[in-house]
Amino acid sequence: MKVLVTVKEVAEVDDEFAIDGLDVDESYLEYDLNEWDDYAVEEAVQLSEANDDVEVVTVTVGPERADETIRMALAKGADRALRVWDDAIAGAEFLDPGTKAQLLEAVVEEEEPDLVLTGVQSGDDAFGATGVALAERVGFEWAAVVNDLEHDVEANDSSVRRELEGGVEELTDVEGPAVLTIQTGINEPRYASLRGIRQAQRKPLDVQTLDDLGLEESVLETQVELTSMYEPESESDAVIWEGAADETAGELASFLRDSGVVEG
Amino acid sequence: MTVLAVTEQRRGELRDPSFELITAGRQLADDLDSELHLAVIGGDVDGYADQLNREGVDAIHTVADGEEFNHDIYTQAVTAMADAHEPDAVLMANTVNGLDFAPAVAGQLDVPLVTDAVDFDASGTPEITREQYGGKVETTVDIEADQFALTIRPAEWAKAEGTGDADIAAFDFDLDESAVRSTVTGFEEVGSGDVDISEADILVSVGRGIEEEDNLPLVEELADALGATLSSSRPIVDNGWLPKNRQVGQSGKVVTPDVYIAIGISGAVQHVAGMKGSDTIVAINTDPNAPIMDIADYAIVDDLFDVVPELIEEFGGEAS
Repeated sequence: MKVLVTVKEVAEVDDEFAIDGLDVDESYLEYDLNEWDDYAVEEAVQLSEANDDVEVVTVTVGPERADETIRMALAKGADRALRVWDDAIAGAEFLDPGTKAQLLEAVVEEEEPDLVLTGVQSGDDAFGATGVALAERVGFEWAAVVNDLEHDVEANDSSVRRELEGGVEELTDVEGPAVLTIQTGINEPRYASLRGIRQAQRKPLDVQTLDDLGLEESVLETQVELTSMYEPESESDAVIWEGAADETAGELASFLRDSGVVEG
Repeated sequence: MTVLAVTEQRRGELRDPSFELITAGRQLADDLDSELHLAVIGGDVDGYADQLNREGVDAIHTVADGEEFNHDIYTQAVTAMADAHEPDAVLMANTVNGLDFAPAVAGQLDVPLVTDAVDFDASGTPEITREQYGGKVETTVDIEADQFALTIRPAEWAKAEGTGDADIAAFDFDLDESAVRSTVTGFEEVGSGDVDISEADILVSVGRGIEEEDNLPLVEELADALGATLSSSRPIVDNGWLPKNRQVGQSGKVVTPDVYIAIGISGAVQHVAGMKGSDTIVAINTDPNAPIMDIADYAIVDDLFDVVPELIEEFGGEAS
């Protein structure tokens, strides 16, 4: 069977930062594999280790910079990688989930996976919608926010747990082919070994353009437009205890004693 | 002109976001000069419809298919309702089940979707306010479409009150059973065990700032010294460093202690949802702009590895 894992390289913002136009200034951003996708990759690799003849393919929509992140997924055990990008995509103002789902739809049609794993959401813009939007487009069944997966390779069916609110899990059977959006905590993502990192350099990483995927530039036209980004005004009215650690700890200790919740 | 808001139920009860959707839905309907209609799908729909008949609701459409939430049934039913009533906007909640059906509804209707709104203004071109980069920035996005789908963040809008006089009617709908390809087989409560953090008077709660599992004894010692109970944010449980029954937040426990000491916790919205009802919140964090500071009553902007040992010493304990 073939498992396709959609991964995204996301930016994390430093504690101190500045906004330049419609995004945080590049110099305050650090890029990494999206946390949720790390769990999705691990889940796919574990499937390939537990069963014979499971191929794990990763796909990302991103610039050349993302190759480093993709290589990490390969080093952790994915077999090969696709990266969708060209000048037209680079020039697009805003890739909303609907647009990304269209790009990934073309990849699914080309690769014909039996199972697609995605992270629940990305850590940066956090739409949390691309996986299910993709399932709807390609006619796959799906389940969102999966924190336990048992996959029957023969039948291509999945039994999943969906992590609902308030400590409740939903047990659901899902007919394949399916898209499952993976929640953090489902497994323990491995660190890439040195051997894995060396092997990853030799694994295929193919760049696909819109043209390669048989798509027109019109797929990039979106009805959702990012119009502003700003730092929210702090709503904090906290009393800040200042000073050296022994002084601030002393303030907190006094507060706890005075409030009567702590003795001693 | 209609706004169609899709309510949620689970295991015999309407969920809070259903009532928040009425408030947000009325706001959106007023912006668009349209009516507010609710969709009620699955389970005891007549009972739910009566409870949802609050001020500001113009009509309620019920579909009795399915006992529990199923995204295939929801997607089919909402799509059919949208075809029949041609709403300007379909409003849903950014809940776990919202994540499971809203993108499919938007896809079926071929309309743009914006998720997790914390505010909006649709009196002109619909402008949605949402967060990015873990709440460090806010963004606005404009929707240039005649019809759109939107999900709202839970607990951002108040629950609707009052009594309404909505028209309640069963929506004429034939479910295509062959397109229902997932089946809910049960539910399980997780995170029970020997400790119930929701009963604690003082919680010492630890987050990602603790960095390594080997550092956990530091906060355990503080909890011991204070006679407090140890809890945590999600990443600590995801890493397997503490059991699930210690997790505070949307998918863990909701806690309301007298004092909540958040140590190295940035304050993601899902975490805050579980602890904002605490009487007093104290935050120890190196980042003065961390979202936890927005709800803290007292704060120490410093390294936890400097402050916590001092605090343990204050209470006669010994930091290892």
